[in-house]
Amino acid sequence: MTFFQADNISINFGGIRAVDGVSFQVTKGEVFTVIGPNGAGKTTIFNLVSRFYDPTEGRLVFEDNDITKVPSYRIAALGIARTFQNIELFEHATLLQNLLLARHAHKRSNFFSELLFLPSVRRLEVEHREAVEKVIDFLDLQQYRDSFIVNLPYGVRKVTELARALCTDPKLLLLDEPSSGLNVEETDDMAFWIQDIKNLLGITVLMVEHDMKLVSAVSDRVLALNYGRPLAMGTVQEVQAHPEVIRAYLGG
Amino acid sequence: MRFPFKTSYEQDTRLFRDRIDASWYVLLAALVVLLPAVLPAYYVGETTWVFIYAITGVSLMVLVGYTGLVSLGHAAFLGIGAYAHAFFIEHGVPWVVSAAMAVTLATACGLVVGLPALRMTGIYLAIATLAFSVIIQEVFSRWESVTHGLSGMAVPKAHIFGVSFGGETAFYYLCLFFLVLALWLTRNLLRAPTGRAWIAIRDSEIAAQSMGVNLAIYKSIAFAYSAGLMGLAGVLFAHKIAFLAPDIFTILLSIQLLLLVIVGGLGSLHGAVFGAIFVALLPPVIAILRDSIPASFHDFSAASGLAPIGWFGDAIGNFLKKPGVEAGIFGVILVLVILLEPLGMYGRWVKIRIFFSTFPMYKRATFKRQRSYMKTERLR
Amino acid sequence: MTDRARPSYWHGEKAASDRPTGSRGRKLDIFLQLTLNGLAVGCIYGLVALGFVLIYKATELVNFAQGDLLMLGAFVCYMAVVWWGLDYWLSFLIAVLAVAAFGALLDAVLLRRVIGQPQFAVVMLTIGLGAVFRTFASVTWGSEIYTLPTPFGGVTRIAGVTISHQYLSIIVGTLILCSVLYGFFNHTRIGVAMQATSQNQLAAYYMGIPVKRIFSMIWAISAGVATAAGVLLAPVTLIDINMGLAVALKAFAAAVLGGFGSIPGALVGGIVIGLIELYAGATLPDGFKDTAPYIVLLVMLVVRPQGLFGTPGRKKV
Repeated sequence: MTFFQADNISINFGGIRAVDGVSFQVTKGEVFTVIGPNGAGKTTIFNLVSRFYDPTEGRLVFEDNDITKVPSYRIAALGIARTFQNIELFEHATLLQNLLLARHAHKRSNFFSELLFLPSVRRLEVEHREAVEKVIDFLDLQQYRDSFIVNLPYGVRKVTELARALCTDPKLLLLDEPSSGLNVEETDDMAFWIQDIKNLLGITVLMVEHDMKLVSAVSDRVLALNYGRPLAMGTVQEVQAHPEVIRAYLGG
Repeated sequence: MRFPFKTSYEQDTRLFRDRIDASWYVLLAALVVLLPAVLPAYYVGETTWVFIYAITGVSLMVLVGYTGLVSLGHAAFLGIGAYAHAFFIEHGVPWVVSAAMAVTLATACGLVVGLPALRMTGIYLAIATLAFSVIIQEVFSRWESVTHGLSGMAVPKAHIFGVSFGGETAFYYLCLFFLVLALWLTRNLLRAPTGRAWIAIRDSEIAAQSMGVNLAIYKSIAFAYSAGLMGLAGVLFAHKIAFLAPDIFTILLSIQLLLLVIVGGLGSLHGAVFGAIFVALLPPVIAILRDSIPASFHDFSAASGLAPIGWFGDAIGNFLKKPGVEAGIFGVILVLVILLEPLGMYGRWVKIRIFFSTFPMYKRATFKRQRSYMKTERLR
Repeated sequence: MTDRARPSYWHGEKAASDRPTGSRGRKLDIFLQLTLNGLAVGCIYGLVALGFVLIYKATELVNFAQGDLLMLGAFVCYMAVVWWGLDYWLSFLIAVLAVAAFGALLDAVLLRRVIGQPQFAVVMLTIGLGAVFRTFASVTWGSEIYTLPTPFGGVTRIAGVTISHQYLSIIVGTLILCSVLYGFFNHTRIGVAMQATSQNQLAAYYMGIPVKRIFSMIWAISAGVATAAGVLLAPVTLIDINMGLAVALKAFAAAVLGGFGSIPGALVGGIVIGLIELYAGATLPDGFKDTAPYIVLLVMLVVRPQGLFGTPGRKKV
């Protein structure tokens, strides 16, 4: 079974080919990292996978299903969740509401029972809450539960993004630069959490990251991109030693 | 500061936070129920306006305050509800059926308008709804077989199951009932997945989408639900105003309704009620001031011997008597609220409460809003 | 709020009311007449829409009070001509300068504080300002309808088509204004700085562009354009406190039709709306004159939500 596969995907923005024939496979249970200089097309790949952009060419496969044409709001229900590089939380809601919203893909109540708030809705709300509380415990967010996002420090928001993605019960987790804007200590925490997510929760992680320390700490395999094209793929050491990659980062 | 002790998850799904909270609302309910016994009939009638406006406020709060979609044409839905109800009543349909049909019609119209709205945001949506309301207003004045056109349409008093709700007090309780119903239903939605989806759409469409929210469906629901509530308000509005004419449901009314939710405070049901109190009671207050300011200034100038104070009072009185001054006063208040208290009356109320409950640890920054200076940041 | 509440002013409507009586030449005459009048009316909508777009492009604020600035401008000009007995052209200049200064003041005192706040709040703020201006006008000048005497009284007949100088003056005035603005924005330092500011306020600020002064200037220009439109329009619609609102609503439709944020779009949108309005008034049943522009707008927004010349925007993540 193919867990996740990107098959020769490309996308053009006007005349620019932001992603140019990228293929890779993610095996279940691994942490797969995409690295590359700024503008290499890493985030674009994420936007293609979460279906915000339509690829000009190529195919995306998740658990043997072609998801190239699936609308973006159905991606979460399939089991793919993502975080955003520049934090896209619901700012004027509490942390708890943010996480509960992530349960939306598992919503089973209909409009009219919600209108009357029937006991079934109440029961489902409690079920969602229990799922959310597990994530809150996992990421140590108890003290911020009822805080509004606007009042939370950046580091906590970053963790909240991670928590919100986890609340959708994903099989594949897309992390878009989880360490950007975090200090060294927070980055270390993030590394532990990613390892825990992989080992304890058994969630496969596809990650875009700049911080090579974090990359080498958690990644099983790495794909290096430049100008939308793949340069090298393999273990961290292999990719770091690859002459093309060194040239892309150091110039020359 | 009060920290409610929580022992079960169900506690957070309740209507009221805890016993103390609930008892305040019980007290408020008792007060509102007993009010007609002590107030003169005129003020009972004015308070009824508060309830009707509060329903419109809840309607717009769902759309603007929670879903973040702006409509400059909501008076059209109010008009649709009012005219439909008046038409059905005129043709002998029983009150409850007529009201239900009027609300359904308004909801359906909301759905139809909402569909093209799905692809629009911000200013485009505002203009599209404005265009819709201009067209609907023209329909009101041209479709004479239904609306009696420009000559207007008289609306009889409400008779429900043979009981007359014609008196001020009876109609007061009718409006109160529907307001409480509207608040309860809306609150139910807001504590359920639908309400969270609305809030998510307001704060970040893109994140909402990636969490599994189907934007098209939830925006449609918001539009239809909001239009339905507006239709309900229209039903009561028709009885209250007793005579419908197309030039009631203009863009100025739509703007007044938006003013209501802004002054009240966007993003809270309390705000809808606060705003309604403000919008419904400002005109009578201005009317009272018009006469009392010159009189009291004259008294003061007679007592103190300072003639200019009397002239000043006359000047204020004359100014308030000029046509169109009311709109100007609304305008000034709107400007001041947006500049000084963007969170509205409810926001101020929360700030005051937090100031006292956290004293002396109050942080101004708690309410500081981030501004965005780049074009791309404002896109959603 | 629709034009129905006000007397019918567009001469085009009168021309249309004596419906074609027979000969094809007469029909063509009426058609050309309607087109000319539609162009003139459309130019006014275009100018007001241009004002919206200028402010929107630079400051990202949507100014709903634009129509009321137009009204204020027309009143100031009226006051100068009739009350003070000044020359028409001098009064025109005074009105433009006075309202432009007022626009700059508005920005400096009020609107600068709301930059960066949600668009909706700003829209409501300017709606509130519009209401205040109308009240101010009704208290200052009264709520009657005034006629502004102008030097454009006559008509010219070319090949059987009657051209009223009032309408001609609107079209010529619009052409002049637009070419001046075009030159200003594309060929002067300040114009280019304004364009930069509209792209990214913060970056422009860091690059040493006096963003605040630029904003005030944009407001002044926009208010001045509105005044010019108001004065040109005044002989056609007559002056009253609600003249701005009626025009602004149509101009808004025009700006959105053209794609909010596109300057040629605003002008084209204005002319399209003006033509639709007059053609619909002449050929369709009563009631369509006021609604046809909005029906076209709605259809257009359904088909192309970003307007004729707009580009779809989407937040980057």
